[in-house]
Amino acid sequence: MNFWDKLMQIDRRVIFLFVVVAVTLPLFLDIPQKIIVSEEVERGFRELADLQPGAKVLIPCDYDPPSAPELQPMAVTAIKYCLDHNLRMIIMGLWPQGPQQANAAFETVLGHPVTDTISYNGKTLIYGRDWVNLGFQAGAELLIQRMGSSIPAAFPTDYRGTPIDDLPLMDGVQNFNNIDFVINISAGAPGIYEWVQFAVDRFGVKLFGGATAVQAPLVYPYFESGQLRGIMGGLKGAAEFETLVGEKGKATKFMLSQSFAHIIVIFFIVIGNVAYFASGGKRKKSE
Amino acid sequence: MNKKVVPFIVIALGIGLFAILAASRGFAVTLGAFFTIGIFSFLYKDNPYYKFSEALFVGISAGYWFVSLFWQQMYSKLFSQVAEAYQHTFVNGGGWDDRWMMLVGGVLGVMMLMRLFPKIGWISRWPLAVIVGATAGLYFINYFVSNGINQIGATIAPLQQYGKDGSLDWWASISQFLLVVGTLSGLVYFYFSKEHKGAFGGVAKIGIWTLMLTFGASFGYTVMSRMSLLIGRMDYLVSTWLGLVK
Repeated sequence: MNFWDKLMQIDRRVIFLFVVVAVTLPLFLDIPQKIIVSEEVERGFRELADLQPGAKVLIPCDYDPPSAPELQPMAVTAIKYCLDHNLRMIIMGLWPQGPQQANAAFETVLGHPVTDTISYNGKTLIYGRDWVNLGFQAGAELLIQRMGSSIPAAFPTDYRGTPIDDLPLMDGVQNFNNIDFVINISAGAPGIYEWVQFAVDRFGVKLFGGATAVQAPLVYPYFESGQLRGIMGGLKGAAEFETLVGEKGKATKFMLSQSFAHIIVIFFIVIGNVAYFASGGKRKKSE
Repeated sequence: MNKKVVPFIVIALGIGLFAILAASRGFAVTLGAFFTIGIFSFLYKDNPYYKFSEALFVGISAGYWFVSLFWQQMYSKLFSQVAEAYQHTFVNGGGWDDRWMMLVGGVLGVMMLMRLFPKIGWISRWPLAVIVGATAGLYFINYFVSNGINQIGATIAPLQQYGKDGSLDWWASISQFLLVVGTLSGLVYFYFSKEHKGAFGGVAKIGIWTLMLTFGASFGYTVMSRMSLLIGRMDYLVSTWLGLVK
């Protein structure tokens, strides 16, 4: 058995070890990385930046903790941007854990638990006036369709049971016509597809989407056709969003690990192919 | 030392270590780390620690979803709505209430459960037919507009693309050209009524290359996504749990 044959039979656990080291080691390093902002993130951000203070931004968080490493940085950055620029947030979720994830993102921005009255950068923000959390409602795409005709009918109360009529921010919010912009952070269905199909194409909603990297290639056609105003794809998209907002958060920090991991993957793909051809194209017969 | 004792010593040391870390870093955080490592231990080989972690995860998930679906759908959409309709109609004498219609969904739901009983399992086909029919009708228009009309509209654009200053935008033009070629050749590849030979076969070959590039891009994104999840867990272990990284 020559060197190449041995390489062809390398234990998969050795590769796992390399990947773990490649992912973990950069967490200890502080090497600045240049994040190149793509057009799809920049265009979405520009639309967000064009909003006037007081504009109402709907933030449907359609994801759960398993997707948080990719999507939570997007939620944190979106909430921070809205707070910094006096945009009023209406948080909701088509996934049960989504509004909880948004709440966790809010806490990350504040650095402490969310209360009804919060002090942020010298401003006093009040729940119900500056932001609301409508919580989760079952119904998926049917709920979006219902919101198109009546948001109060779709969400009679917020997540803690307060009637929607008692929330000043929801005064005059009848349907999507009264929402200025939507930032949907989505891990699957129901999520960005449903928002495009039921909110954008039926009711003309302006949608900036954040998707997991698995989803991203599938929703890019919606950006090319103009149905999506912008799209953040996975951790890279989140890092680009952070760059535009000027916030070096988790996504930017994780990009170094991501780069190292990609180098390792490419290295093993190359080594595997070289070893395959150098060993005469013999396939390993058993694990 | 007796070899049979070694696993017990390892387990005792592990419990001791986790107890110390739980006391210093918090019980919930340490519990999360305990199960993260348990799931990762499968990468070495299947073992009882992994099986325990997996079984607990599956059990908790099932319990969580049951409770969540009961309170957020059964209770809030059916029981409470029907109770309010009852109050309105019979207690307050207010007449018909639209919320009575929720019973239709409830009855269909009960009919769906009939498949648990083989003799009357056929009843479950009726609610299934309602779901299939309603979903097909609902999605037909939306898919047709979002994934059909709008996508075709975006593809049928002039090959020559111009910038804001009126000059030819070479990159956008090449991009549009590739989009049209990729779409047409991809459609040709899936046309099986004519043998893929000659010029037709050549176009089909471009189509399969386009598909391979698409799958490659998709696979690359999937790798990035899975790595992101691993990074998230490793960050949890070294930052949140062990506090080694600020």
